[in-house]
Amino acid sequence: MEKELLDKRDIDRALSRMAHEIAERNRSLEDICLIGIQRGGVHLARRLARKIKDYEGAEVPCGSLDISLYRDDINLRKEQPVVRKTEIDFDINNKTVVLVDDVLFTGRSIRAAMDALMDMGRPAKIQLAILIDRGHRELPIRADYVGKNIPTSLSEKIEVQLSEEGHPDRVVLLKEGK
Amino acid sequence: MKGRHLLSIKDLSKEDIIHILDTAEGFRDVLKRDIKKVPTLRGKTVVNLFFEPSTRTRTSFELAAKRLSTDVINFSVPTSSVVKGESLIDTAKTIQALGADFVVVRHASSGVPHLLSEQMDASIVNAGDGINEHPTQALLDAFTIREKKGGFQGLRVAIVGDILHSRVAKSNIPCLRKVGAEVRLIGPPTLVPEGFAGEGIHLFYSMEEGLRDVDVVMMLRIQLERQDRGFFPTVDEYFRLWGLTEERMSLARPDAIVMHPGPMNRGVEIDSAVADSERAVILDQVTNGIAVRMAVLYLLGGVKS
Amino acid sequence: MKVLIKNGYIVDPSQGIDGVGEILIEEGKIKEVREHRSGGRRDKAEGLLLEEEFKVIDATGLYVFPGLVDMHVHLREPGFEYKETIKTGTLAAVRGGFTSLCCMPNTKPVNDNETVTEFILRKAYAEGACYVFPIGAITKGQRGEELAEMGMMYEAGCVAFSDDGMPVMNSLLMRRALEYSKRFGVPIISHAEDINLSAGGVMNEGMVSLSLGLRGIPAEAEVVMIKRDIELARLTGGRLHIAHVSTAEGVRAVRDAKKEGLPVTAETCPHYFTLTEDAVRGYKTKAKVNPPLRTDKDIEAIKEGLSDGTIDVIATDHAPHHRDEKICEFDRAAFGISGIETALSLGLTLVRDGVLSLPGLVEKMSLNPARILNIRKGTLKVGEDADITIIDLNKKWKVEPERFASKGKNTPFEGFILEGLPVITICKGKIYERDN
Repeated sequence: MEKELLDKRDIDRALSRMAHEIAERNRSLEDICLIGIQRGGVHLARRLARKIKDYEGAEVPCGSLDISLYRDDINLRKEQPVVRKTEIDFDINNKTVVLVDDVLFTGRSIRAAMDALMDMGRPAKIQLAILIDRGHRELPIRADYVGKNIPTSLSEKIEVQLSEEGHPDRVVLLKEGK
Repeated sequence: MKGRHLLSIKDLSKEDIIHILDTAEGFRDVLKRDIKKVPTLRGKTVVNLFFEPSTRTRTSFELAAKRLSTDVINFSVPTSSVVKGESLIDTAKTIQALGADFVVVRHASSGVPHLLSEQMDASIVNAGDGINEHPTQALLDAFTIREKKGGFQGLRVAIVGDILHSRVAKSNIPCLRKVGAEVRLIGPPTLVPEGFAGEGIHLFYSMEEGLRDVDVVMMLRIQLERQDRGFFPTVDEYFRLWGLTEERMSLARPDAIVMHPGPMNRGVEIDSAVADSERAVILDQVTNGIAVRMAVLYLLGGVKS
Repeated sequence: MKVLIKNGYIVDPSQGIDGVGEILIEEGKIKEVREHRSGGRRDKAEGLLLEEEFKVIDATGLYVFPGLVDMHVHLREPGFEYKETIKTGTLAAVRGGFTSLCCMPNTKPVNDNETVTEFILRKAYAEGACYVFPIGAITKGQRGEELAEMGMMYEAGCVAFSDDGMPVMNSLLMRRALEYSKRFGVPIISHAEDINLSAGGVMNEGMVSLSLGLRGIPAEAEVVMIKRDIELARLTGGRLHIAHVSTAEGVRAVRDAKKEGLPVTAETCPHYFTLTEDAVRGYKTKAKVNPPLRTDKDIEAIKEGLSDGTIDVIATDHAPHHRDEKICEFDRAAFGISGIETALSLGLTLVRDGVLSLPGLVEKMSLNPARILNIRKGTLKVGEDADITIIDLNKKWKVEPERFASKGKNTPFEGFILEGLPVITICKGKIYERDN
């Protein structure tokens, strides 16, 4: 059973607001970079980068990060793991890295992402930009920039569908139903 | 990859092979970083159980395992049919008791990895069994070919040498066929059995005929003791008829690459000039070997049953 | 011991008996054999009297054969008692329905002299559940260099000579053996294998061995030696018996030799007409045997050879081994199948498939081996030893090697469901029962 929570315009508005917030918090845009977490965060990171360019005129470097190799649930996986591309062709040392992901849930993906970043360099700061925060944190992780807070129950699932993947932009709530 | 073991290429589908190669791409990126390590298999134990001496393959697996943050133990057991030490099964049980999650095994007898997979709980990776298979070699060869040539469809790959006794060939042949390449087997009739001919696999007893227009030339090591069992008269004659010289190499396509699983017998199966030429990707094979073996260990997961 | 076996279907080709009847046994000998249809039915009163005196075995629905004779068994004693002993081997034999067997000389020490022959006979007499007829070695130590003392072994009780396990590679020596054997009138049993052609091989050479990366033994390794031995039989006139024939071309060679009237006989084993080289897939050492399991074509030829009489005998080549010798690298595993407890059931598949009639099967497994060895077995004639095998043809059973009486649990038939079981075996005055 599926319920649409955000449509194309809602998503766009949220991203615009987040782009402004990122620019506001990080006065000197030269030192920041956006890194999207595979898969959901990659497209969002690029959209944010574009918006920042539109509003501020600044070219913020954008990359993608695959966290499969840093996950803590390797013994629990049921399907074949797929390792995706990590493309960060700029230096992250001493930069402010804004990690971007679509949904923030337990916080474990973010923990894995931070470990991956640490193995690649020494960022000055790490901030977190999330489109949807659905609660139920299992680790002390919080987002700096949130598109929308949507409280959910554990039996529900939030799915962010983006046009880059062939679906119209929307955020849906999936209930385990009959 | 279904199951917990990598025993033979025959067990892998085309999708499995491509998945391993794609995963290896990710690991190759890791190997380019400053910190060439990921915590993925932290806490797992990999045992290299080598009953045949091999610095090359063993070191490759050792590095792959370490880059995944596992603990590595090297067990090199001298094999001699004369020296009857601990039985294979006893050695296996001992290693089991030490807590191995993965056992990478190389043995002179075909079928040993299969036997261990039945007798042990650990995930078994075949690093070469007798004259049967050497799956990770075929995978890293395929990875290298894909890297240099972009793909496999329509590719002509010549494998030259002692096909009959080569586990590298025995794994490469099904691997290349599954991903869509055409295979040519070239060598003396005593070492290229008719039973290998099949769809997309052609046999040649002459280099001049077999190498024409190929995209990849894969040279196999000639084991010098083969000479004693009457497979060919002398090493000199072997090089004369089947050695890869620059002249023979020119029969292949201008952009053809030369591969060798190593270690090379310069002047026996391959001319130094060819081995050192730009077309030889032998060292790339070595580098790629680590990424591919990391991918294999990662995908097997080392989950106990 | 007084026993009456009543209402069993008696199959005794040595006398042409093939019908329901009864057998009286007294003091270990056959006292009477009556077939009902030829007017042998006893009247009721007489029957009742007998049943008071004699132990009655009601064989209604069961088949009664003369005790089976296995002319190719490895008892392993002396020297390899950890694999099998005369005691356990003969117990396994009676469980398999065999009341007589020949043991091969590849023991330690080799049975190449009268002392070892006497040792075996003494042990068999004291501990053996069935009759044991030793086969002596052709050459000293089975080394293929000098003839062994065939005469003395013959006097001591050997019924044939063989270097089984090894061929006699030296053709001159094989010629001499065949010539010399004429003095005793016993067969020279040939293990036909050219060890140069087979060197290093661990299974049949073919597509399966290529795909498994195992060195192969080509069919020709057997065929060239069968043909050589036949030529030598022609040259010398000595009696030649070819052991464990496994190849189509081998069958053909024996057929041609017989057509010519040469003194050649041949045997095969149950695994050669029931399994192919595919049984090895997965590196199953329990299917590792020499000669190796071959192909469907060979199975067909062997069945034809059994059917048209080219192959005279079904023997087991019972080769028990210790677990540790099979649970190891394929290359290192011992060759051999512990087959004596499954042989009859496998032989019955030939009857079910129409390859042999029931009397035909009894010939292959009882009468013919007895004739070839010139021993007074394989028959239910009055006055002969009461060696009897009673079979339930319909009984389905699962092969569970752990339940074998043999120490050797090495069989590729493990887990198979077979039909037909020797449920009672009578031998040396004892009655053995089997339910699985």
